Amino acid sequence: MAIVELNDIEKSYTKGRETVDVLTGINLDIDEGDYLALMGPSGSGKTTLLNLIGGIDHPSSGSVVVGGESLNAMSARALAKWRSQNVGFIFQFYNLLPVLNARRNVELPLLLTKLSGKQRTKNANTALEIVGLGDRATHKPGELSGGQQQRVAIARAIVADPALLVCDEPTGDLDRDTAEEILELLAILNREHGKTIVMVTHDPKAADHASHVLHLDKGTLTGAPS
Amino acid sequence: MSSVGLVWSNLFRKKVRTVLTVLSVLVAFVLFTMLRAVAVAFDSGGFGPAGVDRLQVAPKFSIIDPLLVSQMREVERVPGVDAVTHADWFGGVYQDGRNFFPKFPVSPKSYFDIYSEFTIDPEQLEAFQNTRTGAVAPAGLAARFGWQVGDKIPIEGDIYAKKDGSRLWEFDLVGTYLHGDRRDETGGGVFLFHYDYFDEAREFGQGAVGWLIVRVEEPERAAEIASEIDALFENSTNPTRTATEDEAQREFARQQGDIGLMTTGILAAVFFTILLLTGNTMAQSLRERIPELAVLKTFGFTDGRVALLVLAEAVLLCLVGGALGVGLGTATMVAIEPGLQQFLGLIEVTWDVVASAIGIALLLGLVVGSVPALAARRLAIVDALRAR
Repeated sequence: MAIVELNDIEKSYTKGRETVDVLTGINLDIDEGDYLALMGPSGSGKTTLLNLIGGIDHPSSGSVVVGGESLNAMSARALAKWRSQNVGFIFQFYNLLPVLNARRNVELPLLLTKLSGKQRTKNANTALEIVGLGDRATHKPGELSGGQQQRVAIARAIVADPALLVCDEPTGDLDRDTAEEILELLAILNREHGKTIVMVTHDPKAADHASHVLHLDKGTLTGAPS
Repeated sequence: MSSVGLVWSNLFRKKVRTVLTVLSVLVAFVLFTMLRAVAVAFDSGGFGPAGVDRLQVAPKFSIIDPLLVSQMREVERVPGVDAVTHADWFGGVYQDGRNFFPKFPVSPKSYFDIYSEFTIDPEQLEAFQNTRTGAVAPAGLAARFGWQVGDKIPIEGDIYAKKDGSRLWEFDLVGTYLHGDRRDETGGGVFLFHYDYFDEAREFGQGAVGWLIVRVEEPERAAEIASEIDALFENSTNPTRTATEDEAQREFARQQGDIGLMTTGILAAVFFTILLLTGNTMAQSLRERIPELAVLKTFGFTDGRVALLVLAEAVLLCLVGGALGVGLGTATMVAIEPGLQQFLGLIEVTWDVVASAIGIALLLGLVVGSVPALAARRLAIVDALRAR
């Protein structure tokens, strides 16, 4: 059963008087529990496609349906609420708040829920345990390595238990060994926790961890690489 | 962690910058607290609580014009007038110009009768009445200078000399009195001496008084009685202007300058500067974390909620600076007030001053935070993340 359905997606930007087509004729279904890697050269539209799936950008035309809900018709407020309940984001540069310790960073998405402070802390601790950083809960991002920061970012992405994780170059800022650890962690989340993962990457080795790989070139899906 | 915790943590992103900004707000509110306290004291005349049933009859055109003691008799006959007494400004220096305190020649019994809130030992009041060179001092003032009953208090007259040309006036301290307010602790209040002795001994101005104090039977008729009193002397050589004691005190203060307007001008300049400084700090702080705000939006924080977080930071910053400033201003005022009291009268930081400070801090925070908050609200996630 498809959790993500993209139908006839077009996306273009206007730069001055010029219109730049970023995505053209995208049709894509992603099944629940899938682990999809999106590959392609810089400027091919990978991140734009990921943003559409994550509900932080709108297509110029076509429809985006995630979890049975059409994102096109949602207001900004409704879309924000939908994101808080259905999607976890993982970025290349972690995007942790430097003033908050690991636990508080992980707790951030839970501020939008009705959970008590105690329950929020408990859930944040559990998420940190899952990513293997239970003993680093009180450390601030500046006191953690790049790999540890990305683990905290993953804990933050899963703490509200979303069905879908969108990852934009999650290993792009890490060395090979650390990248492997992160990719293994994502694989565990997919395999053992049933998360659907859509990952943008340049790295073929990272893509090897995914169950499907799609290639994007000049805004068009060209299928799996060889 | 709550949303308030998030706001608080964000304030300490750049500790030095936050501390400096809070300090600048703090200094503004220290100034505000102290200047407003002085302005309020001036506005009330600084002589302590006014009696609701008392009128003050002053010369119509200037406080240096005299009234005549004989005008008292005519005022006494106005229907609704219960009692009348008089006082005058003596000036004078005790030992050193820095030892300033007001000194009034009065008629002992009628004065203490009208100022019934003052307490004095009946025997001491009797002694005051019967001793022509007698004087009574506020207990706090006597304590300040170490005076004891029986002491001779020498005052050098700077306005009034004696008929023999001497400027040395010696008074016998026959008693002390209490106001029943804070002046008893701070050593404020008026040194009172016998009018009859003063009037007989002075070189000029016999029969003249500075102002009359009238007690009315029904306070609600005060305005009507004031008009009747002024009508009595309208065409005389000593016309009067009668007002409630409260109004008269404020009028006296206004003659020394519109302190309220001056302090408002100074404070407006200070707060305008603070507005620019704090506004710049907040704008800079916003620019530094545009990607972070975008990330909050990806989690599901709505545009309004992100704007509110930014606005709350500015409000919290200004409220913290304001509260610390009011606290420090109040503490400073309490510390220096006894020294100022002799020049400015009773000064205290009233709850009105505190409430208006908090209101201004809140308003300052809202104004300072509104532009960054609007910018945060309009922030498009994709553009902000791309800027990373």
